[in-house]
Amino acid sequence: MLYIKTVGAIFFRFTYGLTLYDGIYFCLRVHRSAGGSSVALLPFWRQCWQSAAEMIHSLFLINPTGDVFLEKHWKSVISRSVCDYFFEAREKAVTPENVAPVLQTPHHYLISIYRGKLFFLSVVQTEVSPLFVIEFLHRVADTFQDYFGECSETIINDNMVVVYELLEEMLDNGFPLATESSVLKELIKPPNILRSVVNTLTGGSNVGSSLPTSHLSTIPWRRNGVKYTHNEAYFDVIEEIDAIVDKSGMTVFAEIQGVVEACVRLSGMPDLTLSFVNPRLLDDVSFHPCVRFKRWESERVLSFIPPDGNFTLMTYHVSSQNLVSIPVYVKQNISFFDSGSSGRMDITVGPKQTMGKTVEGLSVTIHMPKSVLTVDLTATQGNYTYDLTAKVLVWDIGKLNPQKLPTLQGSLSIQAGVPKPVENPSLNIDLKIEQLAISGIKVSRLDLFGEKYKTFKGVKYVTKAGNFQVRT
Amino acid sequence: MLDSNKDALKLEAMKRIVAMIARGKNASDLFPAVVKNVACKNIEVKKLVYVYLVRYAEEQQDLALLSISTFQRGLKDPNQLIRASALRVLSSIRVTIIVPIMMLAIKEAASDMSPYVRKTAAHAIPKLYSLDPEQKDQLIEVIEKLLADKTTLVAGSVVMAFEEVCPERIDLIHKNYRKLCNLLIDVEEWGQVVIINMLTRYARTQFLNPNINEGGGGDKTFYCSDEDEDEDEEKEKKPYVMDPDHRLLLRNTKPLLQSRNAAVVMAVAQLYFHLAPKAEVGVIAKALVRLLRSHSEVQFVVLQNVATMTIKRRGMFEPYLKSFYIRSTDPTQIKILKLEVLTNLANETNISTILREFQTYIKSMDKDFVAATIQAIGRCATNIGEVRDTCLNGLVQLLSNRDELVVAESVVVIKKLLQMQPEKHSDIIKHMAKLTDNIQVPMARASILWLIGEYCEHVPKIAPDVLRKMAKSFTNEEDIVKLQIINLAAKLYLTNSKQTKLLTQYVLNLAKYDQNYDIRDRARFIRQLIVPTEKSGALSKYAKKLFLALKPAPVLESPFKDRDHFQLGSLSHLLNAKAGGYQELPDWPESAPDPSVRNVEVKESVCGPARVCPVNTFPTNRHSSAPPLILISASSEPDTGSGSESVSVSVESGSPSDSEESEESSESDEDEEEEEKEKKKKKKEIKQMQASESRARSKPDVSFQTIAPSSALKNYELLHRITGEGLSVEYCFSRQAFSPDANMVAVQMHFTNNATSDTKNLHIEDVKLQSGMRVKEFAEIELLPAGEATTAVMGVDFCDSTQAANFQLCTHTRKFFVSIQPPVGELMRPVFLTENEFKKEQSQLMGMNEISENLTLDAKCRNEHAIVQRVTTAANLSRVPCGSDKECRFAGKTVTSGSLVLATVATKDEGAAQLTVNCEKMVIGTMLVKDLLLALTQ
Repeated sequence: MLYIKTVGAIFFRFTYGLTLYDGIYFCLRVHRSAGGSSVALLPFWRQCWQSAAEMIHSLFLINPTGDVFLEKHWKSVISRSVCDYFFEAREKAVTPENVAPVLQTPHHYLISIYRGKLFFLSVVQTEVSPLFVIEFLHRVADTFQDYFGECSETIINDNMVVVYELLEEMLDNGFPLATESSVLKELIKPPNILRSVVNTLTGGSNVGSSLPTSHLSTIPWRRNGVKYTHNEAYFDVIEEIDAIVDKSGMTVFAEIQGVVEACVRLSGMPDLTLSFVNPRLLDDVSFHPCVRFKRWESERVLSFIPPDGNFTLMTYHVSSQNLVSIPVYVKQNISFFDSGSSGRMDITVGPKQTMGKTVEGLSVTIHMPKSVLTVDLTATQGNYTYDLTAKVLVWDIGKLNPQKLPTLQGSLSIQAGVPKPVENPSLNIDLKIEQLAISGIKVSRLDLFGEKYKTFKGVKYVTKAGNFQVRT
Repeated sequence: MLDSNKDALKLEAMKRIVAMIARGKNASDLFPAVVKNVACKNIEVKKLVYVYLVRYAEEQQDLALLSISTFQRGLKDPNQLIRASALRVLSSIRVTIIVPIMMLAIKEAASDMSPYVRKTAAHAIPKLYSLDPEQKDQLIEVIEKLLADKTTLVAGSVVMAFEEVCPERIDLIHKNYRKLCNLLIDVEEWGQVVIINMLTRYARTQFLNPNINEGGGGDKTFYCSDEDEDEDEEKEKKPYVMDPDHRLLLRNTKPLLQSRNAAVVMAVAQLYFHLAPKAEVGVIAKALVRLLRSHSEVQFVVLQNVATMTIKRRGMFEPYLKSFYIRSTDPTQIKILKLEVLTNLANETNISTILREFQTYIKSMDKDFVAATIQAIGRCATNIGEVRDTCLNGLVQLLSNRDELVVAESVVVIKKLLQMQPEKHSDIIKHMAKLTDNIQVPMARASILWLIGEYCEHVPKIAPDVLRKMAKSFTNEEDIVKLQIINLAAKLYLTNSKQTKLLTQYVLNLAKYDQNYDIRDRARFIRQLIVPTEKSGALSKYAKKLFLALKPAPVLESPFKDRDHFQLGSLSHLLNAKAGGYQELPDWPESAPDPSVRNVEVKESVCGPARVCPVNTFPTNRHSSAPPLILISASSEPDTGSGSESVSVSVESGSPSDSEESEESSESDEDEEEEEKEKKKKKKEIKQMQASESRARSKPDVSFQTIAPSSALKNYELLHRITGEGLSVEYCFSRQAFSPDANMVAVQMHFTNNATSDTKNLHIEDVKLQSGMRVKEFAEIELLPAGEATTAVMGVDFCDSTQAANFQLCTHTRKFFVSIQPPVGELMRPVFLTENEFKKEQSQLMGMNEISENLTLDAKCRNEHAIVQRVTTAANLSRVPCGSDKECRFAGKTVTSGSLVLATVATKDEGAAQLTVNCEKMVIGTMLVKDLLLALTQ
């Protein structure tokens, strides 16, 4: 009777194309009711599961001119002609950012990211979480940045072998193996001038010869035996204001995103506790894996054994109930005339809520409509550049002086015979305020446990404009 | 250079070769020269040779075999790094002949001492499997073995192997399920993603649908409509009891929402979306919104998933509406996705804000985006009746826009909207008729013509004129416009043949000689149908009916509708097509498979569901080094409500049993000195604690008992004296009416100051409650001298749910996080009914509101008195007089809503009995049944 059931189920599957799940469930039932009978199903399963998930198959690095300048395959080789599908999509898109991150080709799926004018294009063949791949590719780019200081075509070409070795270590058979920078740095030492000189002289290598201890230690992000003569821990609290301000100066949307960047150079295995004066401001947080989540949940303190060197400790979002103070206001008037193919522009920036600090690094970026040919402007402070091909106007103001507000005014000339632009361009503001966290968050103390030496500690606050847009 | 005996030269040569490979140039002819260097002593040369080998071994199989013996030797090396790398390369060489060697190597490595080597073995499994699927059975054995591994390093890799080789063998997971859940937080990020995805599928086959009572996954209309309303109903009807293992999974994955890795967050989000009860899914919204700050590729994927989620669970993202506002600098695909989300989120209350936003978007320079915005407006208009006219007016205004694309898109959308109520809008149709002179976009022209044809009765004068103009330009039109001209001609011929007969003939003649066969066919067909001749059969009589039948308005739907049948976060979901190797997310089973399969015989107490046990020792373990969390633990009150809630929620590292166990289970290979110290310290603490506890137990608290009305009242611990630094707090439900507010449950708190110093200013702060719940705090206790005790009463309105009330208990120096969770029996107060009243009420609470269970009474509880006592202890009910001595009846009302709760225990022979609970609130009913069952059987 059981036999009939089995055959029946398979038949059912084939005829009605039932889901995978029906199969499993069935299998379980048989298994439980009659022990080994599920074995009878195995040849059938084999057919079904032949092509299981296999993650990242190959990686191509593509430069801005559309050439593949590095390829790495973690499984059998895939011809680089697969990139043609990507180039096709790239051509269709107006800007590189507009290329869809996931493309489907007849036999493969292409998942790409755009970082530092380069495309990291990975090829996958089967189902995989796209974010998994994207996140990994970004991690690869981060690692290059970490190793070489920047992530550009020349630097990768110069360090081709190290890059190749890194890729080899980061992924095994398409599955991430070692992505923690501390582990990688023990496996493959980052290049520096001194070592390259020594290596040429002695024939030494930049490949670690011993087993990375942190790979095996229970703390994958920190190795044993770190030693410093000066022990120091610095934390930068950087907040970014994301805002959309409408024509009339009303705030449509504003929020504060913050990040705590740490630079920790401490010997041994320090256990740090960082607490805030007003942790309740933090609405949503994400942590470096080293942070003990339970402590945060119960006491609102960050307790962690830090990685060695620079790392991002946490990112946070300030609860939206709190009103966000917008540090500057912008008075603008951009108009295009119906006749005479010209327009006028008049922009003034002034301080609004700066908590008594000076606004620095102020700049205004405007993406002009395509029909704007040239601009003829005068700035009372700073200077401006207009990129004729990209139609981007950048007004670099610098420090904002509340007594003398900077203005930029003048005329715009428009291509003749083209109807005047419908929309006024929106202004993107960039600014920086030192020694101020605009949300008011404050670090109260940093405690060190587990080690007995004096530590030099420091906290720095910076507020920046994130995605700060003024609609006109 | 490779033949040189200097390592430096070899290295230089290998570097050049590897650079060639990296650039994609063929270096295969160097194979023989390279392969000899496989035994080179220099590690860097060796590594590069490995890189080369893995790349070209497939092409030069015979030569590659030469290197095998080196790896075999490497597998036995005392250094674990060398063992691992040998295995890695060996398994990466895709040469079929060495399959048996690989198999052997993997088996051996799977029982290696070093977890790093075991991890490599796990990685090697899928490689071998793809090389030779015949090995599957043997590989499964290895996987089974590795699944039992307890190190976090291995867990992720082995689950990966499991997913690739035998995802159907869910039976292998049973025994490891709890372990995997508990290890999860310490596994590396990539492993977390894989494990979470696997556990999602697992849970779908093993647990019941937590939303089953709300119509389950199939009933979509229920989700879409009135999200707010059923939010309230949520707590009332949940006779479903969650498997503790299901709860364990949800609880252990939740902290991972805080991960820095977007893939992990997404994995948890999809797990919650697919597995969590509806009320709990909301927690993922915040984390997903956070990802929108990340790289644009991440945004792209997240928005796709959010778009799908918003269709089913709109309420979840409504608070974050503004986070989806579009910036002019966003890439087009992101803009369009955000638009999609905004459209899905639109409802009566926020539509005006959304429309205002849309208005600014229409002015954008990005034309694709503008077109998408117009479509979005159209969708808002169809979904929300109130704004239909506003939208329509706005769109009509767009018709005078200078940009043709905008106009064209508006026409298409207006057409769809007008179809809903054409009679009201004949002037719009007229206006559009005028546009035919200007608009050149074929789709728009076709739409206008269709509109005029369809509603020619509303514009009797203009229609023939339009046809005249169109007939003139017929030959120059696009195909789809031509078809619509024929269509218009036919419709006019049928309604107004006097004026248009000749025109129609003319158009049909033109069409007869068109180049496109579709148009020729259509013309022929229409001529036969509408122009009556002798030959034309009965059909022409019905021509009018055929052409001018009432057509249903189109439904403007989200392209993301029904996409959720794909597992969220998957590639298939993103592409809306099944990718190779995609594993369908199974439907919930109708009845739960046996939960006992997950029980682990060995060390049951350690891996049991009721506790998250520390796996690692002090320095890494993020649980155990956390300070004790104060919670009502399950073990202290086995009869607490719903099972799902009663499982203790966290680690209490301060409690004696736990820390002792953690010591036992801690792995001996880690031996740091501090740790030892830590342990010693802990042990000392524990001893003290136990001693003090036993003292406390032997000396009953007299003052407390005088206040409590019945000795049956149970005390719960709110704050232990160790964690409270000398202050201990217990509470009980005094079952007395709380005078300031009748809807509140009175909670009597008993403070004891065991410390040597005085405690001042005891009060409550920062109360965190589920919506609807309220708390009436006790008056501040200004001074509690050392060694003294006092009591206070506070009131809590639990809203008839067993949700915990969380708050901070503050003294002048410290704050403690504490929570009070009521057993369901305390959420009611007795009412006095007569037998007749009882029967009457009971008859009104039948069907869904009645829950019965058969039980065998505990041996000590077979007389009426014992039953009554046990029931009234478990729940605050009063006895209802009853004629029969075989039945005991109890009645009560829930505190907040005053719903009746009726309980009946009918005894039969030999201790058998039937328990029946009737209650309007099904959740309360189910939980009460559970509690009473426990009370009566134990």
